Amino acid sequence: MLQIESRAFARDHDLFACVQCGKCTGGCPMTLKTKLNPRSLILRLLTAGNGFDLEPFPELWDCTTCSTCAKRCPKQVSPMEMIIGLRSAIVEKGAVHPNVKAALESTFRHGNPLSLPREQRGAWATDLGVKHYTAGMEYLYYVGCTPSYDPRGQKVARALVALFSKAGVDFGILGNDENCCGSEVRRLGEAGLFEMMVEDNTGAYKELGVTKMFTTSPHCYNVYRNDYPKDGMQVQHYTQILAGLVADKKITFSGSLDKTVTYHDPCYLGKHNGIFDEPRAVLKAIPGLKLVEMDRSREKSLCCEGGGGRMWLEGTNPATRLAMMRVQEAVETGAQVLATACPFCVLMLDEAVKTLNLEEKIQVLDVAEMAAQAL
Amino acid sequence: MTATDVRKPAALIIGGGIAGIQSALDIADAGFKVYLVERSPSIGGRMSQLDKTFPTLDCSACILTPKMVDAGRHPNIELLTYSEVTEVTGQPGAFHAQIKKKPRYVDVDKCSGCGLCAAACRLTGKVSSDFNAGMGKRAAVYVPFPQAVPLKYTVDPNECIFLTRGVCGKTFKCKDACTAGAINFDQKEEFVEVEVATVINATGFDVFDATRRPELGYGGYPQVITTLEFERLASASGPTAGRISLNGNLPRRVVFIQCVGSRDVGLGAPWCSRVCCMAVAKQAHLAHERLPGAEITVFYIDIRAFGKGFEEFYDRVRHEGVLYRKGMPSEVLRRGDHLVVRAEDMLLGEMVDVEADLVVLAVGIAPRKDATQVAEMLHLRQDESGFFAEDHPKVRTVESSQPGIFLAGCCQGPKDIPDTVAHAKAAASAAMILLAQTEKAMVTSYAAN
Amino acid sequence: MALTPRIGVYTCHCGINIAATVDVKAVAAYAATLPGVVVSREYTYMCSDPGQGLIQKDIREQNLNRVVVASCSPRMHEPTFRAAVSEVGLNPYCFEMANIREQCSWVHPAGDLTTHKAMQLVASAVAKAALLQPLEQRSASVTPGALIIGGGIAGVQAALDIAEAGFEVTLVERSPALGGHVAQLHRTFPTLEPTTDFLQPLIDRATQHPRIRILTGSEVVGLGGFVGNFKVSVRQGEDTSEIAVGTIIVATGFDAFDASRKPELGYGQYPQVITTADFERLAARGEIQVNGKKPQRVVFIHCVGSRDQAIGNAYCSRVCCMVSAKQARLVRDYLPEAEVNVFYMDVRAFGKGFEESYDDVRKSGVIYRRGNPSEILRRGERVVVRAEDTLLGQPIEVEADLVVLAVGMTPSRGTDVVAGLFKLARSSDGFFMEAHPKLRPVETSMAGIFLAGACQGPKDIPEAVAQARAAAAAAMIPLMRGTVPVEAAISSVDEELCAGCGQCASLCTFGALSLHPTRGVMTVNGVLCQGCGACATACPSGAINLKHFTFDEVMAQLEVVTGWAAPVTALQPREEQAVEA
Repeated sequence: MLQIESRAFARDHDLFACVQCGKCTGGCPMTLKTKLNPRSLILRLLTAGNGFDLEPFPELWDCTTCSTCAKRCPKQVSPMEMIIGLRSAIVEKGAVHPNVKAALESTFRHGNPLSLPREQRGAWATDLGVKHYTAGMEYLYYVGCTPSYDPRGQKVARALVALFSKAGVDFGILGNDENCCGSEVRRLGEAGLFEMMVEDNTGAYKELGVTKMFTTSPHCYNVYRNDYPKDGMQVQHYTQILAGLVADKKITFSGSLDKTVTYHDPCYLGKHNGIFDEPRAVLKAIPGLKLVEMDRSREKSLCCEGGGGRMWLEGTNPATRLAMMRVQEAVETGAQVLATACPFCVLMLDEAVKTLNLEEKIQVLDVAEMAAQAL
Repeated sequence: MTATDVRKPAALIIGGGIAGIQSALDIADAGFKVYLVERSPSIGGRMSQLDKTFPTLDCSACILTPKMVDAGRHPNIELLTYSEVTEVTGQPGAFHAQIKKKPRYVDVDKCSGCGLCAAACRLTGKVSSDFNAGMGKRAAVYVPFPQAVPLKYTVDPNECIFLTRGVCGKTFKCKDACTAGAINFDQKEEFVEVEVATVINATGFDVFDATRRPELGYGGYPQVITTLEFERLASASGPTAGRISLNGNLPRRVVFIQCVGSRDVGLGAPWCSRVCCMAVAKQAHLAHERLPGAEITVFYIDIRAFGKGFEEFYDRVRHEGVLYRKGMPSEVLRRGDHLVVRAEDMLLGEMVDVEADLVVLAVGIAPRKDATQVAEMLHLRQDESGFFAEDHPKVRTVESSQPGIFLAGCCQGPKDIPDTVAHAKAAASAAMILLAQTEKAMVTSYAAN
Repeated sequence: MALTPRIGVYTCHCGINIAATVDVKAVAAYAATLPGVVVSREYTYMCSDPGQGLIQKDIREQNLNRVVVASCSPRMHEPTFRAAVSEVGLNPYCFEMANIREQCSWVHPAGDLTTHKAMQLVASAVAKAALLQPLEQRSASVTPGALIIGGGIAGVQAALDIAEAGFEVTLVERSPALGGHVAQLHRTFPTLEPTTDFLQPLIDRATQHPRIRILTGSEVVGLGGFVGNFKVSVRQGEDTSEIAVGTIIVATGFDAFDASRKPELGYGQYPQVITTADFERLAARGEIQVNGKKPQRVVFIHCVGSRDQAIGNAYCSRVCCMVSAKQARLVRDYLPEAEVNVFYMDVRAFGKGFEESYDDVRKSGVIYRRGNPSEILRRGERVVVRAEDTLLGQPIEVEADLVVLAVGMTPSRGTDVVAGLFKLARSSDGFFMEAHPKLRPVETSMAGIFLAGACQGPKDIPEAVAQARAAAAAAMIPLMRGTVPVEAAISSVDEELCAGCGQCASLCTFGALSLHPTRGVMTVNGVLCQGCGACATACPSGAINLKHFTFDEVMAQLEVVTGWAAPVTALQPREEQAVEA
């Protein structure tokens, strides 16, 4: 039994505002493969009196926090935040999936969810001559856990460094001193750990005198921009700066990429923060590149299932993978490259291409990688 | 602007609710004489029975009483309360009407509205008050509510011991108490004849008789009441001075049930009554405000929050914690000292039993029981639902089937207050056109003579 | 006029609206102790007949020369009480209100602090009342004509009523033809009759009416004057002319919501997705087709751009449920083989004949599914609608050949322009704001300017027509009376102090101040001045005073409020009210 006080919970999350229209469930990507039904959950919480048992709802861990529900709700209810809140309640009772437990503990101990040592966090950059961040530098480049540690992710970080160095952008990294941003910690419901991380990180950036920051991952961008206190620090995703550099001709492409490319909008860049045009602007500026759009583009983009802690959670229906559906959609456009701008999307889509044996047909690349290639 | 210009044509308005009052004020402001006839002792109608109005939560009396006072004081309006129109003949521009003035048994010139008679009456606190929808009591001599216009007492001929049995003890308590000598049991009904150019019918509505849905327990369980009765409980001028209590107890669980006597083909009431979704939202809000900590549930089929500010008010009420559940309850049963409402919650897809201390039925708006009599008197067509038929459903909703006789307000179909006011003004416009044309014809013929 | 004030103070309970949070009896008792007050009473509803009667009786019997009522906002009942005191011979400007409801009992919790605030407000009003002077009420004549802006069904109907009543009407319409949006409808609910059947006769009557002058292809570009004496500039092509009228009705209608603002629904991307407005045109041509083929499944979607806080339109557009029902029925009539689904959140079939029509539509085979679709995707030659059927409790995908979006109503483009020109207020939904949402649905805050039709809020044809006639009634009244009262609380210039600098005139939005040609001082046009007070605050010499709000009166009020101390009286002992920082 995992009981919560449903009445107080419903009030705290403004669930009474819901008119049960079903738009959330109708647009939720997880309803394509699981029992997750946000609308029904809301009504159950509202009508449960006081005392609602969360145990019969394993689908709570299927949610990728893509925010489709919250963005489309006509009454401004956020079923996504409700699910995060329910996860919080479960976490508080210690009833967490073992994979998640490991990731959370690792984040606490080692500053990353991958159970890898702090001392290796900056290793990817040693031979690149990237400056360590000091006060007075224009930007802090916040690399993130996946681009720091994961070999596939490191390629993106290296590409980014090459691009911004070429453009003469004044930036530094924290290397081994960089700590996880906590985005997935919060989405997994570990509110206490997240609060601690916010305090630590905010303190660190203040001491370092950071005023502007850009990130590799839309998840890090989102959490620093929207969940951390507004401390006057300006946060951007790298595509926003890159698009500006391209438009101002501070970066020009002497090479070309003669490929048909389709772009997958990462949920945390697109749906969450409305950034659709900048990545496309960069791609369109690359000579020889032909950009085609999938039907599910922009606000209708199909979630890759990487967010909301899903990098560590298989969910209730591991056999079906939305990333595989997404790769099929990309192939159908005739594209040779499936471009995106998020390390989680890169990993999920890459894996899907391999699972489907489509490596000959289509390649998954981050926008940074493509831009760096065309330099 | 003089009220005594014999040549100026006049209008007759039947019904002194907000529709009749609004039409009267417009026509009178334009300079024409108006006879405003109301069958009950005071003008004000249904709106005077309401506590607060949606979506603004204006207190109904606060916005109505100034209009009532204006109508009572307007030099061009002759108020005939406690009167009924008995006959109308003639044609547009030249109608002849007969009005019966029922005896109040109180001399209105002497009565100051002090209320000593009612306090002294042998039946004080024993007669069911219609104004309070049967939730409160009054004496046999009464004013319907404290802000009545005119504020004159009336003896109820169906309750007064003297009038029903011929003798009231050794002495008339009311007469003894009255210092102005206003009680007069020798009064008789009087008939007056008036000549008018136009008639506006603004006779209003009745509510659905909830005993016709016996499975909901109205009439059987004291904890089941109608929205009209709830309104009286919530009203500062009501039997509990605004305290929403039953038998002295404040309910902790309130359940509202929409569409009782509306959208019901089997009961002969297929129409939507238009106002009940919002009326219930308002009452749910009042319950939330006055019964802290109470659980409030509304069972509905659709929520028709269509007007200006309505959806926003519906949003507000849900934010306050009122729970809306889609499903039409099939029955209300007793469980110990409280009730249980059985329904299918269609969105959960499950049967539910919701416990309640108070169940409020949103009764529909229906044509008045005497609508057919009025229709016959005025030769008006009624539509299938029994409301008065308009000449064209889109562009002539104030014209009746009789030229020169117009319709205003709920007698033509359910409306909320803003719709009623607009409709009444539209009827006034139509009437003013006829009055202006009649006046012109009169002037022309006078000049020609 | 130096006289000894004899002030009567009347504190209202307003049922429980004031009495539940303010100790009305204590306020009335306190008022009795104020300088100049000879009688102080309290009553449940001061605005009612008996309440007004109390005031009138005291004026007569106690020779009151000033009256203060402590109750609701003057916007509610100042006219009521002014009329009441004038009836017994007291100048209405010798009356003052203290707002202890909207500004006190309705915004504070019950307790001593709230009661004390009410006392301060009353004391302040009494201090002002002692200094009030009677003002002369005058009237101005009315130009016997009306102007109607907008030639849709509301404008046309209003024009007909006013013209039939015997007055000249000018009807200004920006497009080349009359009829507005209604003219674009093929059929109307709930009867499904052809629109032209009832619309054309109205338009014909208006165009042929001897007293109606119609200016199509024209726009209002300027407004001057005041009620009874408006001067309106109208531009037609290159020419601008000035029209003098007594009253104005604004009937500028609505625009349909731009469905491309909901990109996830695919309007503008997929040819299979159209709006209800588009459908009406297809139906009028008798061709309900997509890509040259008859659709086999048609899906209607309610509430596109309405009831949607995500897009900033929280309001309901009122007509779309019935429009969809009507069009769904038409599909069933024209294409009996086609399957028709309607996705809804609620079915708002509230008007006369609507529910019965909804019953009929369902009987004709239209399937109603409860759920607000989340997105529309392409699937080959068709599209697929993704939603949850909330009554089945399951997410669904419905393939369709044609999807019709029931777009809502939004304020028309012209609304901004007209609002600016006429200084009309807007409600939070962007439509024009009526003077009072319940009891004054056609009046605006500008005297003599009325609203008709959808510019005030979404409505269907019977409501637009009724409201147009209501506006006509309101607009006719000043025309029939021939005069309008003129504001008495206006500015006055002390010529000894005035230097003729003209700063006041530059601020005056009503053009009421001008330099006297020979005396070198500013003069106030008593008819144009609306008593806003801007000039009085701006005058560097302090030469302008606003009658009924003189410097002395306002200073007296401020001194009372700033120097106020709670009375040490036998108030019932209560818990100290906590002060919230």
